[in-house]
Amino acid sequence: MSAGQANRPGLSRRRLLTAAALAGGGAAAAVAADQAIHQGGDSAPVPAPDAAALAGTSTTPFYGPHQAGIDTPPLAHAAFVALDLHDDVDRDGLRRLMRILTDDAARLTQGEAALADSEPELGSVPARLTVTFGFGPRLVARAVGDAALPPWLGPLPAFTIDRLDPAWTGGDLLLQIAADDPVTVAHTARMLLKDSRGFASVRWRQAGFRRAHGSEPAGTTMRNLFGQVDGTVNPTPGTDEFDRVVWCGRDSGWLAGGSSLVLRRISMDLDRWDALDRSGREQAIGRTLTNGAPLTGTQEHDEPDFTATTALGFPVIPEFSHVRRARSDNPAEKIFRRSYNYDDAPAPGQISNSGLLFASYQADVHAQFVPIQRRLDELDLLNQWTTPVGSAVFAIPPGCDRGGYIGETLLS
Amino acid sequence: MRRFTARLGVLAGAAVLVLAGCGSDSGPTPVEQTPRPAGDVVTIENAWVKAAPDGMSAAFGDLHNSGSQDATIISVTSPASPAMELHETVQNAAGEMVMQPRRGGFVVPAGATLSLRPGGDHFMLMDLAGPIAAGDEVTFTVTFSDRSTLTFTAPAKDYSGANETYEGGGMPMGGMGSGTPAPAAATTAPTTADAR
Repeated sequence: MSAGQANRPGLSRRRLLTAAALAGGGAAAAVAADQAIHQGGDSAPVPAPDAAALAGTSTTPFYGPHQAGIDTPPLAHAAFVALDLHDDVDRDGLRRLMRILTDDAARLTQGEAALADSEPELGSVPARLTVTFGFGPRLVARAVGDAALPPWLGPLPAFTIDRLDPAWTGGDLLLQIAADDPVTVAHTARMLLKDSRGFASVRWRQAGFRRAHGSEPAGTTMRNLFGQVDGTVNPTPGTDEFDRVVWCGRDSGWLAGGSSLVLRRISMDLDRWDALDRSGREQAIGRTLTNGAPLTGTQEHDEPDFTATTALGFPVIPEFSHVRRARSDNPAEKIFRRSYNYDDAPAPGQISNSGLLFASYQADVHAQFVPIQRRLDELDLLNQWTTPVGSAVFAIPPGCDRGGYIGETLLS
Repeated sequence: MRRFTARLGVLAGAAVLVLAGCGSDSGPTPVEQTPRPAGDVVTIENAWVKAAPDGMSAAFGDLHNSGSQDATIISVTSPASPAMELHETVQNAAGEMVMQPRRGGFVVPAGATLSLRPGGDHFMLMDLAGPIAAGDEVTFTVTFSDRSTLTFTAPAKDYSGANETYEGGGMPMGGMGSGTPAPAAATTAPTTADAR
């Protein structure tokens, strides 16, 4: 299209109508836009598209008993950033840091520029932005001493499958930033890190993604880059089970209403996975690739029947499959998964560097996550193609009310 | 998080006015004869101050005047700096953007907002009493031409901008330099007489 055509009113009208329809407003919005244009004539200012139809205007509440970003819908783009505190940052410094970061997050999540935001226009598209803060063991010890450390806040037990790279492991303060728009994630990370630089340095940063907003019906279980439906068995936010699994109880001191995050960077060997045929892939996981149904069922959420056997007498869902090994008879051993894919630049000579940012939330890492991971460590066919290369555990403090700040239960 | 707002506690006076209105006869509600003190109708939102180890710094925010009369800020004080000025940013003869005291003070028009921003009008801290660290809460008191005041706190932010040269001092604020005190503010400080 030439520059001259771009100014033709007919063309701009069509483009606007298309935009209105695509934005989800449907016929009504399109008609309204059409009327607005014809009413005003060519010299009238072009009406703004229906803001309500734009996904970028959607917000997630920031304040509340729990931090957002756990029981809220997973968003399309995420950044997990771990910071290491400077040596001279004490409890007072932590308080100042968390007040500032809380204020930034509270504003940006509502589509307002942060204070001293050098690019305030970038803050105007919240796209359901959530910012979730996590505290590593050093931060908690720095704030109140070792006595306040939950027993599970520290490195996980060593697993034989682990090949942990320090570059992806540990950290004092976690920023978990997610939105349906990658520009929003980038700006939010930039703003939070500018306000953190006097207190801490970046230890690692991991970018993750899911399907784009609107590509699939909301609530669709994600697929990982192996093509597997990943995360079928997961407590549903808003249920008693979810609350029990995820949130620390009233007797948890400063963590009451909080949670814990285990973030594992799991490298997935796509090249070796390619060598496995479809049936082998389904045996490894114990579910079909088509819709994630257990090999004994037809629908994704069918209960697996671990007693079903083949004509030859073998279990239909193999003993070594991921689904079988992850399943516990102990109802306390449950976690809430909220993972993201990653697909980073490959090393020289490679064509992929992909995997999963496995994010698991639970009230108690030792009681819930570790037993499951132990079983998978001992036996899980999927281990043939997956390798944990990073690992970090954070305490997720509870949310706060307007006027308060994240971490106040620890730092006040 | 918080909107850093503050106002004078003259609610009692307002209540008296309301009662007087109720007590009048069936005529139209009388127009407020005496304007409410500026400190009661001007609020500040989005206030922040630039963190700095020493020397100069500046504070910013959105001043809103909900009253029916323009409000004129004639001075500002803070424990963080013994000397403060009301600054505007203008182009000097050489074409550079420089800060200078604003004659006549800051006018917050009735029913409108005056935004203090880097590169524009701002509250200038001329010589910090001590470091302002990121996350500190700094208290300011603004005085209006009617002698009413507005006190607010502003969080300190780590900010790399707002480096305009001060015409009197010749150094950017928030610098790591010697913190040379700026010229005394007395000669240029706006007075009530200057207020527009």
